Amino acid sequence: MYRVQAGATTYAFPDLKTVLAKASPHRSGDVLAGVAAHSAAESAAAKMALAEVPLKTFLSETVVPYETDDVTRLIVDTHDAVAFQAISHLTVGGFRDWLLSEAATTEVLAAVSPGVTPEMAAAVSKIMRNQDLVLVARKISVISRFRDTIGLPGRMSVRLQPNHPTDDKKGIAASIVDGLMYGCGDAVIGINPASDNIGAITDLLAMTDDVIRRFEIPTQSCVLTHVTTSIEAIARGAPVDLVFQSIGGTEALNASFGVTLGVLKEGHEAALSLKRGTVGNNCMYFETGQGSALSADAHHGVDQQTLEARAYAVARQFKPLLVNTVVGFIGPEYLSNGKQIIRAGLEDHFCGKLLGLPMGCDICYTNHAEADQDDMDVLLMMLGAAGVTFIMGIPGADDIMLNYQSTSFHDALYLREALGLKRAPEFEAWLSRIGVTDGAGRLAKHQPSNPLLRHAQDLAA
Amino acid sequence: MTTLDSWNVLRRFTDARIGLGRSGSGLPTREVLAFALAHAEARDAVLTSIAWEPVEQDLRELGFETLRAASAVESRAEYLRRPDLGRKLSHSALQTSLEAASLQSARPDLVIMVGDGLSSKAVEANIAPMLAALKPHIVQSGWRLGPVVLAREARVALGDEIGEAFAAKAVLVLIGERPGLSSPDSLGAYLTWAPKVGLKDAERNCVSNIRVRGLSYGEAAFKISWLLSQAFKRGLTGVQLKDESEYQVIGSKVAATAIGAAAKT
Repeated sequence: MYRVQAGATTYAFPDLKTVLAKASPHRSGDVLAGVAAHSAAESAAAKMALAEVPLKTFLSETVVPYETDDVTRLIVDTHDAVAFQAISHLTVGGFRDWLLSEAATTEVLAAVSPGVTPEMAAAVSKIMRNQDLVLVARKISVISRFRDTIGLPGRMSVRLQPNHPTDDKKGIAASIVDGLMYGCGDAVIGINPASDNIGAITDLLAMTDDVIRRFEIPTQSCVLTHVTTSIEAIARGAPVDLVFQSIGGTEALNASFGVTLGVLKEGHEAALSLKRGTVGNNCMYFETGQGSALSADAHHGVDQQTLEARAYAVARQFKPLLVNTVVGFIGPEYLSNGKQIIRAGLEDHFCGKLLGLPMGCDICYTNHAEADQDDMDVLLMMLGAAGVTFIMGIPGADDIMLNYQSTSFHDALYLREALGLKRAPEFEAWLSRIGVTDGAGRLAKHQPSNPLLRHAQDLAA
Repeated sequence: MTTLDSWNVLRRFTDARIGLGRSGSGLPTREVLAFALAHAEARDAVLTSIAWEPVEQDLRELGFETLRAASAVESRAEYLRRPDLGRKLSHSALQTSLEAASLQSARPDLVIMVGDGLSSKAVEANIAPMLAALKPHIVQSGWRLGPVVLAREARVALGDEIGEAFAAKAVLVLIGERPGLSSPDSLGAYLTWAPKVGLKDAERNCVSNIRVRGLSYGEAAFKISWLLSQAFKRGLTGVQLKDESEYQVIGSKVAATAIGAAAKT
């Protein structure tokens, strides 16, 4: 039982997951799940109760039972007690103060990371303001490599997302040219296929591989299909750079995605076996998002932000190149408006970084949510300040295949200009070499000799 | 001062907003305004209720037996907030379905549910031509078809309860997808074997983006019937059933119209 005196009222919460849920900033998904605080005062009291919980408590009280959930077993069994030593004396409230303090340097935060459980990260995030989530995340450095180096300080990468509703190769090629000409694509050229047809998937893999090889682009491709389809594509000899999978924070949620930890391991090993990276071998790309567990009826009465953080425990097992929280895609029943999406995006980025992941964010919303471009500008700016690893780049912010709005190639330019953020160094050098950018990384006047423009003419012919 | 994109000729290959040009790092004014209008229209589409009468009329003219149903949701606002209620039949709709099912002489192979989902425009614009294209496949396969259930305020999983009420071997859900800026009228098809309440999404197959400017009715009907015939053969749907629908046929069509980078080297 967790008790707290808040003003004239004493609040009692039966267990840790209840404290966590009620302390979570208000969002529609927790209300839908029936786990949210019943009043603003109860939520404030739950935050006070949570702040007093020792971090050690999280090692003895699980939010999803160890016996029935393999994600809980993964979290408990892989916990690094030595790394935890430096923070083992702290409460959740003390952890927040410590994270913000000068003592928590980039190096110290990296050393502590394996000792932090997802539930500890989620707990401290719930008592942090948006600005705290920015400042602490900004201190954390996570670097990953495949054909370029992602996550260096002062840099931000972009996933070029050239989706087409019927996987039309010429339509996809046109969007790839557009994105590259806007200096995007250093995180990955990543296609969400409309089809899960293995033949269509291998065709798309061959096409993107050809673009990367022909123009010698220091980046990687990914066709975001189910991990078992990628394994099959690899078996058929297709050029797979990154293996993709949506993942979540409970065994039941992963089952609803049609995966187990074992299948993910199999996918990881298959990708590693190809040895296609040149500067590193981080070869997994994961996507996550708050609310998916409730959507799949796999939430165990735990709030959606804590479950999201637990997905990062799954991700970090596989040393991914990229992890993307697709924050506003799920819809208004989980994050109803711009305010909730902004908060969730900052929480996910912070928790992912604290747990040691190369965390990007699909800053996005759907047409049935109460949000618009101005909300996305706010989240984009705050994540830029927080040192987000990568964002999406979609022509005109309009994904014509997945039917939602994300960030555009122009948005990436905006953020680079506003905050001075550079691209991955290998990609930056390539853009300058072929004449897309000038020496300062700004878009250059179009050069007729630019091979991408010649490619565009070939496509149009 | 706007910088034009010389590759904007590629716009004819995709509805994606490529070659927009730029004003410094920002979008040109005309693009900002066009985007705002498209968003406003999509918002309106989400919140508008469907006109079922013409839809029902069209389907009857095509020779389909129809039945009206509704989820447990009471308003559009509640629909957006409560997906759980959108997956459950209203009490009266369940009764109606059970009664209709009891009148069937035998258990149907297939029940089709048409749901408004997140786009009333998608159903109004696409459902008649889609089912017209699918009908010959159903006739040819000899599947015994139950009624086409027209479901208001429906989520995909509502089809599970309807399929279960009819004890159908499979349920096909045709439903309005979340509207995009460039596609406010996109229809999705979800196929589920042995429908019953509580199935997971990994147990379904999906054919997406059915609309005039997307996946054609003919191609969609082909894919759906291929998946259906596989489902009947193997007794399952979901991640274990990969869509390999005559890849030769559709694949060669794609190859003929696309100059993938590979084809140019």
